[in-house]
Amino acid sequence: MNRIESAFEKGKAFIPFITCGDPSLEITEQLVYAMEEAGADLIELGIPFSDPTAEGPVIMDANIRALAGGVTADKIFQMAERIRTRTTVPMVFMTYANVVFSYGTERFIKKAARVGMDGLILPDVPFEEKEEFAQVCRKYGLALISLVAPTSRERIRMIASEAEGFLYCVSSLGVTGVRSEINTDVGEMVKMAKEVSNIPCAVGFGISTEEQAHSMARQADGVIVGSAIVKLCGQYGKDCIPAVKEYVRRMKAAANG
Amino acid sequence: MKEGRFGVHGGQYIPETLMNAVLELEKAYDYYKNDPEFNRELQGLLNDYAGRPSRLYYAGRMTEDLGGAKIYLKREDLNHTGAHKINNVLGQALLAKKMGKTRVIAETGAGQHGVATATAAALMGLECDVFMGEEDTKRQALNVYRMRLLGANVHPVSTGTGTLKDAVSETMREWTKRIDDTHYILGSVMGPHPFPTIVRDFQAVISKEIKEQLMEKEGRLPDAVLACVGGGSNAIGAFYHFIEDKQVRLVGCEAAGRGISTAETAATIATGKLGIFHGMKSYFCQDEYGQIAPVYSISAGLDYPGIGPEHAWLHDTGRAEYVAVTDDEAVDAFEYLARMEGIIPAIESAHAVAYARKLAPEMGKDQIMVINISGRGDKDCAAIARYRGEDIYE
Repeated sequence: MNRIESAFEKGKAFIPFITCGDPSLEITEQLVYAMEEAGADLIELGIPFSDPTAEGPVIMDANIRALAGGVTADKIFQMAERIRTRTTVPMVFMTYANVVFSYGTERFIKKAARVGMDGLILPDVPFEEKEEFAQVCRKYGLALISLVAPTSRERIRMIASEAEGFLYCVSSLGVTGVRSEINTDVGEMVKMAKEVSNIPCAVGFGISTEEQAHSMARQADGVIVGSAIVKLCGQYGKDCIPAVKEYVRRMKAAANG
Repeated sequence: MKEGRFGVHGGQYIPETLMNAVLELEKAYDYYKNDPEFNRELQGLLNDYAGRPSRLYYAGRMTEDLGGAKIYLKREDLNHTGAHKINNVLGQALLAKKMGKTRVIAETGAGQHGVATATAAALMGLECDVFMGEEDTKRQALNVYRMRLLGANVHPVSTGTGTLKDAVSETMREWTKRIDDTHYILGSVMGPHPFPTIVRDFQAVISKEIKEQLMEKEGRLPDAVLACVGGGSNAIGAFYHFIEDKQVRLVGCEAAGRGISTAETAATIATGKLGIFHGMKSYFCQDEYGQIAPVYSISAGLDYPGIGPEHAWLHDTGRAEYVAVTDDEAVDAFEYLARMEGIIPAIESAHAVAYARKLAPEMGKDQIMVINISGRGDKDCAAIARYRGEDIYE
């Protein structure tokens, strides 16, 4: 069993997202350990991009803070390598196509695999463009995570049938960010995906409360939370670790409640 | 070539949330572009509403002054709303209506595309939201008022550099929030397929007319066609019907800002490298880690870190050449054309005029050059006055 599969073996998976380098790479590293201790099953590490078109204001601002602090892909690779010597928690990078492409797609993916990453999420690479990245990911054993959205409809089966790692089910229209209500029939999306694949399905976008985590987890195999955690990092800065740890603990419990 | 690709450039690098919308658009466009009724309606709007065909004017004083090639100006500045942008907007707004959309959204840099979109929305009874960089709302305050006057909501965008690139990002974000009733009228030959093709087709009327008009006046093809390039819609429009006529030199004039050796530039071909952004693979100004550069030009309409994929391909194949023109040169040309021909060009178009001033004297008197005057310069007067140290109020 690979590490991503193992993330879905301990009940409903809880998948937190943080932006690398916000507030610093030292804190990012400590956050990974703290979140794992608190029950995180898989961790998404965001590599900041100057113009993240799928993000709402919270993660956009985190990207700007991290870049202003001098974070680069190379420094993030070094951090990931250090983390991997201390933990086996599954980890995937989330970033934008240009960060990978400009580094050299093969060079980036090879390095990510070598430092111990398990997957890669590129929100601006849809099914139609994925082969350019997927074939390199296959070569180095990295899962290129596919996304399905509320607008995907008949595309869900096509996407799910070729999905690797886990299927990222986008819960709502729009960009990332906290939402008071989620109206999409997530259960239906998951059902369509499961008709063609036994891929684990994790729901993300807009989830922040324990109630939402509980309700989304009932309809899928895991929940992904980004903006709510990144908000805590922004609010508490270098003192964010206890707050994030406590939040992850509560959300993991809620997802399995 | 694969559909939606220009060599290696182009593609559809967008979030899954938008995929069905662009596929639906592609399908609708493939149908309506061959629909006689759609084309009759569009032609009627272009002729009777926008004022096409635009004039091809022989610039006699400029020709004499520069002492080389015979210079013609393609007067897109005379179109309704004052720029070439209306050609594309009427086409896309009509398409949106046929698709049953009731709302249009758009990005704008200088405000010309925003004004054109607000105009078409008023004409066709569509709801309209325009996203404009906060910096640009200051540089182009008059256009902000025009859009509001036409019934559009203008949303200043304060993220990033507060310019065109951020306006595009924000309009893409807005589209993912509300797709069902909304069409994104992209203003340039950029973004994900099918936008670069749709916008090019709607702008290609420029080169079609140049060809016919010059044939009538001179009985032959031009030797060179010049146009300014940001995303590149007026340039591709001016080039398109000449691409197969290999003897016609095609020259795109990029905004060098304070110079291509400085960081304050927007000249993508001169300083960018291959990348993936805003839905397309093309050339972009970026750092070694792929972070998009905060570009600069005096011209809000050319102040963009990328270039349309078809231009990137025309550059790769050598079919078109791309040159860089500084703020100083563009401002000089803005004043030059005003005094020489009594035509105040948009500061964007002045970039093409500036390069024409260098190129025309090197060409023979028996040669012909066409400069696409993509828009009128009224919107720029206050900013240029400030550039010259004169503080006037709009």
